[in-house]
Amino acid sequence: MRPGFADPVLDTQASFRAILEAMSRPGRIQRLEAAPTPPAPLAPATAAALLTLVDAETPLFTDVGGEAADWLRFHCGCPIVPQPGQAAFALIVGAPPSLSALPAGSDEDPQAGATLIWQVAALRGEAGWRLSGPGIEREHRLEVRDAPASFIGEWAEMGRAFPRGVDAILCAGRDLAALPRTLRIREG
Amino acid sequence: MAYVAVKGGEQAIRHAHAWLGETRRGDPVTAELEIAQIEQQLGLAVDRVMAEGSCLDRGLAALAIKQAQGDLIEAIFLLRAYRTTLPRFGYARPLDTAAMRLNRRVSATYKDLPGGQVLGPTYDYTHRLLDFSLARPDAAPEAAPQAAEPQPAAPHVTELLSREGLMAREPEDGQEPADLTRQPQSFPADRSARLQNLARGDEGFLLSLGYSTQRGYGNSHPFVGEIRQGLVTVSMVPPELGFEIDLGEIEVTECQMVNQFHGSRSQPPQFTRGYGLVLGRCERKAMSMALVDRALQAGALGEDRAAPVQDEEFVMLHSDNVEATGFVEHLKLPHYVDFQSELEVVRRLREAAAAEPRSVEAAE
Amino acid sequence: MTADPGYNFAYLDENTKRMIRRAILKAIAIPGHQVPFGGREMPLPYGWGTGGIQVTASLLGPDDVLKVIDQGADDTTNAVSIRHFFRRVAGIAVTTRTREASIIQTRHRIPEAKLTEGQIIVYQVPMPEPMFRLEPRLTETRRMHGLADYGVMHVKLYEDVACHGEISIAYNYPVMVHGRYLMSPSPIPAFDNPKMDRMPALQLFGAGREKRIYAVPPYTSVRSLDFEDHPFRAHRAKGCCALCGAGDSYLDEVVTDDRGGRMFVCSDTDYCEERQASRTENAA
Repeated sequence: MRPGFADPVLDTQASFRAILEAMSRPGRIQRLEAAPTPPAPLAPATAAALLTLVDAETPLFTDVGGEAADWLRFHCGCPIVPQPGQAAFALIVGAPPSLSALPAGSDEDPQAGATLIWQVAALRGEAGWRLSGPGIEREHRLEVRDAPASFIGEWAEMGRAFPRGVDAILCAGRDLAALPRTLRIREG
Repeated sequence: MAYVAVKGGEQAIRHAHAWLGETRRGDPVTAELEIAQIEQQLGLAVDRVMAEGSCLDRGLAALAIKQAQGDLIEAIFLLRAYRTTLPRFGYARPLDTAAMRLNRRVSATYKDLPGGQVLGPTYDYTHRLLDFSLARPDAAPEAAPQAAEPQPAAPHVTELLSREGLMAREPEDGQEPADLTRQPQSFPADRSARLQNLARGDEGFLLSLGYSTQRGYGNSHPFVGEIRQGLVTVSMVPPELGFEIDLGEIEVTECQMVNQFHGSRSQPPQFTRGYGLVLGRCERKAMSMALVDRALQAGALGEDRAAPVQDEEFVMLHSDNVEATGFVEHLKLPHYVDFQSELEVVRRLREAAAAEPRSVEAAE
Repeated sequence: MTADPGYNFAYLDENTKRMIRRAILKAIAIPGHQVPFGGREMPLPYGWGTGGIQVTASLLGPDDVLKVIDQGADDTTNAVSIRHFFRRVAGIAVTTRTREASIIQTRHRIPEAKLTEGQIIVYQVPMPEPMFRLEPRLTETRRMHGLADYGVMHVKLYEDVACHGEISIAYNYPVMVHGRYLMSPSPIPAFDNPKMDRMPALQLFGAGREKRIYAVPPYTSVRSLDFEDHPFRAHRAKGCCALCGAGDSYLDEVVTDDRGGRMFVCSDTDYCEERQASRTENAA
């Protein structure tokens, strides 16, 4: 079994602050220096996000299996659920499920909306999508390599249900960016 | 200049703590209290601190009482703050109070019953005359005779009624009980959350609420089905073993109140239950808890909900003495920024009023 | 100073931190919405800042520099006590300088110096529900937030105007966040409200006894409720600080004798000290 964080307390803290910064300033890419070396297909940033946020209290839906799933069960202790609709977190390394398949919470409890941890091929700032909304002074740019063409439309559709919705953390290599549900995304 | 910027908060705190330490110790001529003395001789105080502190450890509770100079809410707070840092190893199986090793068991509904009436070490029939002999050291109490046989387990009175169909059985819904120390309270709350809240709640608050039900605030006709006090076994099933193991015995007080219920469209007339279970020998608390538990079932039983004690949100959000004492006492912290803003508003409104006398009508 | 080895770094156990961190992220994603969290009992009393302390403890790392203020001042006893707590359980660096701090925990004020992108401000919140004086029931206010039905608050403000000719709320003045959620800014004076609007720093709010966390992300609209013909106005005492001469800061009134004598000084001690220091420099 590959290890988790070298320093479970301080590496988790550093990783959380990177995720916090990412969620507070959507689209701005954070680099995780203290990330673990997880089994394939998990990227270091993906693994760091999981170790930081997921535990026995958060049911996880995922499209990874084998050694990676064992690693998750061992280090996070999270129950793995068969349907995306049961998940607090969804870990996706392949094509993302429809956002509407994930729990969006209710108008009274919108915080029950799921968090999608989505591993992508690469993230790049200064190009791609045009982002605006809370956390962004004027505009942030974010290029998500191989994002499905339908994503922006689905995201906009979800935005109409606010405060219900799903929040996403995008991971690639050691990089991480976040898309809170308040975010508006336009094609670049 | 009369005003000097206030500096030295750090030093003031240090000195205050030193003074507090001296005050706690009292006159050094008097021997210092030992933890064992508190544990042994102030047992009911220790029990209350453990019950409301949600932590079973007589030694720590006694230490907290010593540290708090006998201020039990302060001691409860100390124990809670300690408890919150402890790791959780697992969850015990439900206690079987029918198998309790009884030290006390009284029923107000039956003159005699299986298992009998056991008075136990109670103040109930003491005359409240100060016992000046206790003021002399080494006043050994009269020896209490030992029973030849241990008290046999006794069936619950409410079980006897249930067998006759006169009392509703509590439905077993198979749900894990709530844990308010992990999840915030939400409303409507289920009964397990309510009972946990009451078990941790302030004895005085529950006493007053329970009392109010007897004076007509919340329709209630309670009988003490029984009160039992004694030792019950705590067991758990560690996942790595897969079978039940006993961890030891704890002392608890249980009270089941039997209440009349006239029935509703869906239910025939029958008795209903108010339930109280408290760590240690906290009989007043267990009885109050049972009264409040029954009152809080008003909604589920289709009864009117008019009295404070029947209002779940009101009861559950104000029962915790650590929360209550914190919020009441925080008023002594500096509020001069807010007060200053109010001063400005009041002065401004007064100026405006003086400049242009207006009637309420004129403003409308 | 190194962290107390008897406790986990920053006091809270890792599971608790993880739970709080999840709540913080959801709070940021839903600006102004109160997220319930499994608040723990802290070694300081409820009302002393246990919510803020739990939020700060979940953020803190060894590189952070912490500033703690109460009533704007670093030297109020409770600020001193909280700063000491974190020095003891996390061994981190502390400062009284607003611009040097990476995390500022506050009770009742926002510093006068403009906060920047590298900073997080953590507010201690006694009552997170902005409508609690109008409707004490959580089940009701939860429904109102769900429907964005804030009629009771508008009626209250209207009645204020009708009775007094102006809105008479002096502190804890309700705000609308991102055009959706009515939010309590915590009991800061209304004077501080405009600082919250589109602030470059992240704003986090912790209510320990009520077990709620909420947030305002950077550059997010925070509007103080008002009416077109009675616009919001930020009031302060008329006067200048007797120590630094500032005419723009929020002032504390200090009673100097029992014959009506009084003076005004900056509530923000760091702001005041910086101004005093630069005046001395200029004079030299």
